[in-house]
Amino acid sequence: MRLAADNRLCSGCRVCQLACSMQVLGENNPKKSLLRIEGHFPQPGAYEVHFCNQCGECAAVCPVDAIPMIDGAYRVDETKCISCMACVEACPRGVMMVHPRAEIPSKCILCGACVCMCPKGAIYDADTGEGGR
Amino acid sequence: MSGGYTGWVLRVNVTDRTSTREPLDPVMARDYIGGRGFVQKILFDEVPVGADPLGPDNKVVCAPGPLSGVFMPASGKIQFGALSPATGIMGDANMGGHFSAEVKYAGYDVIIIEGMSEQPCVVVVDDDKVSVIDGSSYWGKGSSQAELMIKRDLGEDFQVAVIGPAGENMVAFACIGHDYGRQAGRCGIGAVLGSKKVKAIAVRGTKSLPLANPEAVWRKGQEMFNSCFSKPGFKEWTPQGTPGVTPWVNEVGAFPTKNFWTTHFEGHEEIGGEALLERIWLTDKGCFCCPTPCGKYAHTRVGEKDAFVEGPEYETVALIGGNCMLGTIEEVAYANYLCDELGLDTISGGNVVAFALECAEKGIVTREQVGMELRWGDIKSFEYLARAIAYREGIGDILARGARAAAQAFGGGSEKFAIQVKGLEWSGYEARWAPAMMLAYMTADIGAHHNRAWAITYDVAKGREEIQGKAAKVIELQRIRPAFDLLGACRLQWVEIGFEFENYPEMFEAVTGRKLTQKELFDATDRVWNLTRTRAFLERPGFGRAMDYPPARFYEEPVPTGPAKGKMLTKEQLDYMLDDYYAQRGWDSNGKPTVETLEGLGLHDCVEKLTAAGLM
Repeated sequence: MRLAADNRLCSGCRVCQLACSMQVLGENNPKKSLLRIEGHFPQPGAYEVHFCNQCGECAAVCPVDAIPMIDGAYRVDETKCISCMACVEACPRGVMMVHPRAEIPSKCILCGACVCMCPKGAIYDADTGEGGR
Repeated sequence: MSGGYTGWVLRVNVTDRTSTREPLDPVMARDYIGGRGFVQKILFDEVPVGADPLGPDNKVVCAPGPLSGVFMPASGKIQFGALSPATGIMGDANMGGHFSAEVKYAGYDVIIIEGMSEQPCVVVVDDDKVSVIDGSSYWGKGSSQAELMIKRDLGEDFQVAVIGPAGENMVAFACIGHDYGRQAGRCGIGAVLGSKKVKAIAVRGTKSLPLANPEAVWRKGQEMFNSCFSKPGFKEWTPQGTPGVTPWVNEVGAFPTKNFWTTHFEGHEEIGGEALLERIWLTDKGCFCCPTPCGKYAHTRVGEKDAFVEGPEYETVALIGGNCMLGTIEEVAYANYLCDELGLDTISGGNVVAFALECAEKGIVTREQVGMELRWGDIKSFEYLARAIAYREGIGDILARGARAAAQAFGGGSEKFAIQVKGLEWSGYEARWAPAMMLAYMTADIGAHHNRAWAITYDVAKGREEIQGKAAKVIELQRIRPAFDLLGACRLQWVEIGFEFENYPEMFEAVTGRKLTQKELFDATDRVWNLTRTRAFLERPGFGRAMDYPPARFYEEPVPTGPAKGKMLTKEQLDYMLDDYYAQRGWDSNGKPTVETLEGLGLHDCVEKLTAAGLM
């Protein structure tokens, strides 16, 4: 599975963010979500979905090899991470997330909750095209 | 309470710029659930009877509900309330967008704004850090312009509720704007913020919302979303959103046209959902967790002018379109933009402009008084009046008090076509051929608003000449619909795509750990209903049955054209329905709750206060 998004379909409802935090962390908190929705208002009036495409830049810059690839997704190994935030700096999409009360960054593990719950099909599986409604 | 509630009430005094955090009263949570229940209960207890709505004793209370911010469909509604400058009784307005969820994540079930600031200010709530900062640089700015500036100054991840110039100038129907196009429109709550010189409330919340049973919420939330996705209306209703109903309302002869003179607008196809979608739509704009976004963000051009605007939604299409006879979706959207920027409620704004147009047509106000030649269907007339109202210039200063007060000032029989109940202007369903809908407007606790009971479909289905049985249906709806206002969720999935109400008590239990039967929930809505009704009797000497009638146009003038031609309800028919309604509500013939009714709902303080006031 690889994530893809069609920004034109996004309505900015943020169901994806809440589904993400519920599935990955069991917490009801979109601020802990591992993807971002950016609104461009009042002009030009559009949304932009920022999601991890598993490009591996984070793993490449990690000085302690704390972001291994497991089952198709790069994952942060919390036991190895030294909170240097090099990955946050390096992420080209701004989706290495650091919650205000967290000490280490976190990232998308490709669980697919956002794809399943997006009401618009704006986020979908690039491999199968599935997720559209 | 093990979830759903944060357990905290935030009180901000803008006089001395202090704030306190108080524990949420668990008895209030049990009896009033949240949202509008909290708003009305706190106003009842804390705002003294006889307070000036625009004076220091009034408060603005805003409250999400226990389901706000929860992983479930459309959990993003918040309620704002205050003693209303439009009606003189308790008013409230609700708003979607993302503000409600943010307040919960910041850790609050209620925010109370009290006192009066001498200088323009902004209330900033950043999780536990609360401050009242200088708002001078935003004062005078349009709503979206101010919102943009505040977000740039504080951070994009703040959610902002803001007033426009109309709120600053205390126009009786000034709204609160949010998210570049959402509004808490009704009852002039924006004017109350303006009287306190509060330009905006900005909130950022980063906390997790406590849940009694996270696994059950995750499971039930997915089930609810998937159920919404499977409804035929999910794909059929969503593209046009609320303006999609425009052709139907015209077909059944209920579309406000020419200041409610008639009920069918020739050429309504030019201002409805289809025209919006084909000609000006840019993107759907969803409120928090909404699977069926009714927000349609648009770009409109009228002559040399253009504007980005959310909407118009149906109410705006009806009250600015048909009622002021603006004939194209581009013009309606532009007028919508003007109202949003100025901070005027489009429902009351459309009504008041249409009222002024009719007064001008009938010679009740002169061209000299107005300052220009007013014409129906003329965007220049609309813009001129909207600005005059927001800045209280010339005749706009009188119109800014609302249709009822303006009719009193203008005289000439104009009160007959000042389309309001209790001082609140009528929303988008003309009801001379819809008895249940008429009764719903007559009895809605804040004045002529449809959101307590949208009964016109019942009239159409069950007989539009029939007045028997309509009171029972109106009361049933006045229990179900306000339940959403207590829970902090949007009702549109239930109304528009047939999503089952039974889902909500089940989700409430997963979120809060409290088993809540449908009856207990409806009892809570009855409690709020009787509390606001009691307060109206305390607040306004002579309040009662006389305040429950529509304007005389609706029982003296048969509909002149269209599908409802010749239709009208007589005063006797209205009286029959009122009597039936009062009896089923447990109220006396003057519409006052009886001791038994109040005691049965546990409203002992209402009995005490009515007795002390010599009203019981």
